[in-house]
Amino acid sequence: MVELTHDSRPIIGRGPPLTAYFLTLAAISIGLMVADQRYQQIDRIREFLSAAVLPVQRAVDFPFRATNWVTTSFADRGRLREENLELTARLRLANLQLQRFAALEDENRRLRDMRANTVGVAEKVLVASILNVDLDPFRHRVLLDKGAVDGVFRGQAVLDGEGIFGQVTKVNAATSEVILISDAEHAIPVQSNRSGVRTIAVGAGDINKLSLPFLTVESDIQENDLLLSTGMGGVFPPGYPVAQVSKVKRAGSTFALVEARPTAKLDRAREVLLVWFKALPVAAEPAAPVPEPGQETATPAPTASAAPSRSPRATTEAPRPVAAAPETPAPPVESGE
Amino acid sequence: MFARRLLYWLSMAAGLVLAIVPLPGWLDPVRPDLALLAMIYFVLTSPRIAGLGYAWLSGLFLDVLRGMVLGQHALGFLVVGYLTHRLQLRMRMFPILQQAAIVMVLLGLYHFIIFWIDGLTGHGYTAWVRWLPVISGALLWPLIVAVGDSLTRRSH
Repeated sequence: MVELTHDSRPIIGRGPPLTAYFLTLAAISIGLMVADQRYQQIDRIREFLSAAVLPVQRAVDFPFRATNWVTTSFADRGRLREENLELTARLRLANLQLQRFAALEDENRRLRDMRANTVGVAEKVLVASILNVDLDPFRHRVLLDKGAVDGVFRGQAVLDGEGIFGQVTKVNAATSEVILISDAEHAIPVQSNRSGVRTIAVGAGDINKLSLPFLTVESDIQENDLLLSTGMGGVFPPGYPVAQVSKVKRAGSTFALVEARPTAKLDRAREVLLVWFKALPVAAEPAAPVPEPGQETATPAPTASAAPSRSPRATTEAPRPVAAAPETPAPPVESGE
Repeated sequence: MFARRLLYWLSMAAGLVLAIVPLPGWLDPVRPDLALLAMIYFVLTSPRIAGLGYAWLSGLFLDVLRGMVLGQHALGFLVVGYLTHRLQLRMRMFPILQQAAIVMVLLGLYHFIIFWIDGLTGHGYTAWVRWLPVISGALLWPLIVAVGDSLTRRSH
């Protein structure tokens, strides 16, 4: 019987009815989504598929890489000379600072050895380049050209020359996805270099901005304070620069409005470092994207051995007169330990 | 027939490439969903070849490329492909502007599905900017039809 329908596929070899086909595929999609959220096994499928799309990503990346190669290989002599001079000057300066650091590092190592604690020292780094691929305009994610075959793992810390960059969220066979510290879903425990105040820096969805929502108006924080990673949570190595405080507004009654500018070149870096280090022996805590309870005003952390990154514990706790105001009503977020 | 099929898969690949090419900042949120528009065009012009499987697969590849929840864009593409299939006899009769209006509705539905699943999986991003591709895609529709028509004519 001939029927006039919307289904204009050939009558012979038409396959299942359109609606049934639609419902089957829709059920598969929903199943995939649920499985992706709940089970780890789905990563196998993703890994397999991502191997299939790798040529597409490489193809997108190629022109950018090629232009870069061409511009650098045909740079004129004058510019190279200028660059060379500048680099030499910077090297001299860096060497000068290194001399000081060498002594400090020795001392630091001796102290750590004394406490049988070599935690948080980057043991191994791997240079990875960022593929010129746009993942999503509303999320700060990038794709690196190193993956499971290079030993990259989920939750690995990523740094660039200037500071903490982000952490690995997905590992494929030859690529891996990194969430930047400025992503709105990311948070990182930090400590002010000057006053020792500890808090959480949350991404604001803006590449030049982190927000520090858990600082009270009494907190000892000032503009241009350097925020270092504390290493709590075990994702990031302690003592690396994260951001510099750019704005402090003590208007409200409880919380100050504090913003910071990431020190890492989040939007300009081409090469980043994947870091392996011995994680802190704290209780198994999930990765940093979940804001952990910060303890900038409350009692000294029981796991404090983990936190001091630059100096022995005693001195970090001493110079916190303003921060340690015990009358400060602790915000609810921090009360849970 | 083979040339036609090849053309579909190539244009899907091109659409996917254009979905992840880095664009300057201000242009980035406006980026039209070219893979989806190409899929709609092919379902309209040759529903016998470009079916739901084609739509679903393009969406799945987009999921993998963007590192999203697997199945998110696949479902979006599938729903749009199915509706286009059901509407295609009517849509083919429409003048180009009316077609663009329907395409806009389809794109809006697609972005709503993506938005909804984003919310369910905890990635909700609610700024109005995320709806811009609906408009840019609808504006681009006449161009897609023109390019598509000239390509399919040449492949005959």
